[in-house]
Amino acid sequence: MIDMAHEMGDNMFRGRPPFRVAIFFEQTDRAGVGSVPLVALVSFFLGLTMSLLTGYQLRPYGTERLVPGLVAIGFSRELGPLITGIMVAARIGAAFTAELGTMTVSEEVEAIEAMGIGPLRFLVAPRVLAVFLLMPCLVVISNVMADLGAALICKWQLAIPLLYFGDLVHTSIESRDIIAGTVKSFLFGLIVGVVSCYKGLSVEGGAAGVGDSTTSSVVIAITTVIICDTLCNIVLVAIYP
Amino acid sequence: MEEHIVEMKGVALAFGDKSILKDLNIAVKPRERLVVLGQSGSGKSTLLRLIVGILSPNSGSVRFKGREVTKMRRPHLNRMRQKIGMVYQYSALISSLSVRDNLALPLEELTVKGEEEIEKIIDEKLAMVDMQDTKLMMPSELSGGMRKRIGLARALVMHPELILFDEPSAGLDPVISSVIDELIISLTEKTDATSIIVTHEMESAFKIATRMAMLYQGNIIEDSAPAAFRNSKNPVVSQFVSGSTKGPILEGKNHGGQKK
Repeated sequence: MIDMAHEMGDNMFRGRPPFRVAIFFEQTDRAGVGSVPLVALVSFFLGLTMSLLTGYQLRPYGTERLVPGLVAIGFSRELGPLITGIMVAARIGAAFTAELGTMTVSEEVEAIEAMGIGPLRFLVAPRVLAVFLLMPCLVVISNVMADLGAALICKWQLAIPLLYFGDLVHTSIESRDIIAGTVKSFLFGLIVGVVSCYKGLSVEGGAAGVGDSTTSSVVIAITTVIICDTLCNIVLVAIYP
Repeated sequence: MEEHIVEMKGVALAFGDKSILKDLNIAVKPRERLVVLGQSGSGKSTLLRLIVGILSPNSGSVRFKGREVTKMRRPHLNRMRQKIGMVYQYSALISSLSVRDNLALPLEELTVKGEEEIEKIIDEKLAMVDMQDTKLMMPSELSGGMRKRIGLARALVMHPELILFDEPSAGLDPVISSVIDELIISLTEKTDATSIIVTHEMESAFKIATRMAMLYQGNIIEDSAPAAFRNSKNPVVSQFVSGSTKGPILEGKNHGGQKK
């Protein structure tokens, strides 16, 4: 950590950004754009399922109009960031760890260090920053797709037209739900990026080590995301009761 | 008196319970080609990593141009590393970057040179190792010998004062191995660089070296000119040079004066 702080300070002193811009855009494309289909598809079906199940439960009481708000709040505040965090940890976190781990065991990381180039600017910062900044964008996609799935079920199963669905979402969702979701998504992105890069750079023991480290990276990232989600909820509920 | 470019005094290093280097002492003068010989796992590559500051010794001193490497902070260490080129056993080319980008990486990251000048340096270094045609290729498209040559070109781009070679001819056929040996000699002479080459291949060692050292059980047990090394009276060295199965190496005896 001290070495990395030194390296960052040294780069800033020399007037260079603390990350390599070209690699940042490469990783942004990989982590962000590449994750869109998976996040969109999973969120769409989750939204669809959630509205279907809650709709059937609420219909006997005549309260099925609560479904749009329930899905929208549930996703923007909780499920969107959480599901996206888990998917990104599994898809991108694993890829980062495996890639950096392979570079470590094949001495590529050491070669970079031996040239006098710290691993932070070239390897770590572009990846962490890419996941950190792209995570909220993916969460927005997740929320929109979940709402879309819910809207379709509401229209065909619960007799709630699309425009009315939009109105119900608009009246039920509050800025605190969006703020909570956004804060969480940045935090989860940071967790996935840091854990996956750290586990990748600390690989030992060849191909088996890369496999072990990748598994451990995904497990740690997902567990940490879930724990942080709970802590965030405790804090956010205290701030916005 | 000429200043030593590398000086290691009383260096000891252990990984857990396993002692790799014990009170190692060696100094290298400018423009020397020092070949360090030793069995597999004797600590030859570790010695290179200590010089470049990738590893730190448990005790002892490692100096590069008179400056203590073990006490350097990261920015100073990085600046020192720019004066050292390292060629790895398996080349360690960055697999996600093309040959051109591998060579450009240190120039782009560590210098303020413009695009045109960087291209000129890359072309010049690729020409030195006779690899001009590979500029746009990816490392996965290259053979072992080609990768070694690109690794050598990458080590040269920053005009290093010291080049470290980790098993430069390992895994290559005899012809390509000779090509690499000749490249090491011609390039170090052209660039006036000092080089430390670790290997266990005797033929390459005698061809390249201006001085030879034998690392055995954590110590340098022989340090002499190639001719004297070949005729060494030390039984470990003579067994290693002859490649005989009879002798102290396989019997596990230490001819540095201690039991194993």
